Amino acid sequence: MYYLYSATGLTLLISFVVNRAKTLKAVKIAFKQLATIFPAFLTMLILVSIVLFFVPDKIISNYLGNNNKLIGVVLASLFGSITLMPGFIAFPLSGILLKKGVSYMVLSSFTTTLMMVGILTYPVEKKYFGAKVTIIRNVVSLLISLIVALSVGFFFGEFL
Amino acid sequence: MKIQKKQIGTLAGIIYFLFIIVSFMVGFKPGEQIGHNFIDFSVEMLKILPCAFILIGLFEVWVKKESVEKHLGEDSGVMGYIWVILLSGTTVGGLYVAFPVAYSLFKKGAKLSVIFTYVSSCAICRIPMTIFESSFMGIKFSLIRLLVSIPLVIISSIWLGNYIETRNYKIMK
Repeated sequence: MYYLYSATGLTLLISFVVNRAKTLKAVKIAFKQLATIFPAFLTMLILVSIVLFFVPDKIISNYLGNNNKLIGVVLASLFGSITLMPGFIAFPLSGILLKKGVSYMVLSSFTTTLMMVGILTYPVEKKYFGAKVTIIRNVVSLLISLIVALSVGFFFGEFL
Repeated sequence: MKIQKKQIGTLAGIIYFLFIIVSFMVGFKPGEQIGHNFIDFSVEMLKILPCAFILIGLFEVWVKKESVEKHLGEDSGVMGYIWVILLSGTTVGGLYVAFPVAYSLFKKGAKLSVIFTYVSSCAICRIPMTIFESSFMGIKFSLIRLLVSIPLVIISSIWLGNYIETRNYKIMK
């Protein structure tokens, strides 16, 4: 996280030294864009807070432990698509599940859909790209996640 | 019609926050939990978003349209995809940061298939995240995931780009 702050601060400082007017303009653009998208972000945060209440980590762990791999993949994709979780929570959770015996294939569908498919980010994505493109991109991402999961399952020899 | 929809949204937002406030006052546990979720995620995003948007602002002021067009535009070829995948590797946050950056790139002349590639690879190729992932899941897992998903992302982005270009697509009004 700190490298983001240092990089932003340094870039801003250099920009300010080189051209004060341009830098002020950049900050103005930043605020204007942030203000424009703010309602969409707020909607997203509200949805996230509600969904995470109904689908907490515990429930996800319980269901992914399902013995049937096919059902596991379907449930994992479902959870990954409807929730939003930062990597520093998702990967340790997957690591624990892996040790508990959950297959790589199931965990791959969970983490990949978590990263690529964003039902909760829909309000923000729609604002930029429109509803149609947002839906297509998410459906395609879901398909890619499934292909990735099958490949992971294949290479880890989990099909048999 | 449009105004009505907006008003319903605002009303839902007000009800939501009233619900949270009342929950905290009377000690209603589910409401409190939702409130905590909201605060946790807001803090996460507030750590990243202001920086992201300032960098976007600086990008819009300093970077010339011609150079974006040249490297990421219609004639950029294969290199365009390689550049955005590298760029996505250094992007912080997640999809919600990728959207505004992609929008800025598009305004500067990047072609649609390149910005869709950027958005999806922001989801899957971020370097710090991938290192973190492989430390829990093993390098083999991360490598399979990247090697399978990147080509699919590029192919599907090219398809999506072509598909909507033929339909007179307009990005954000």
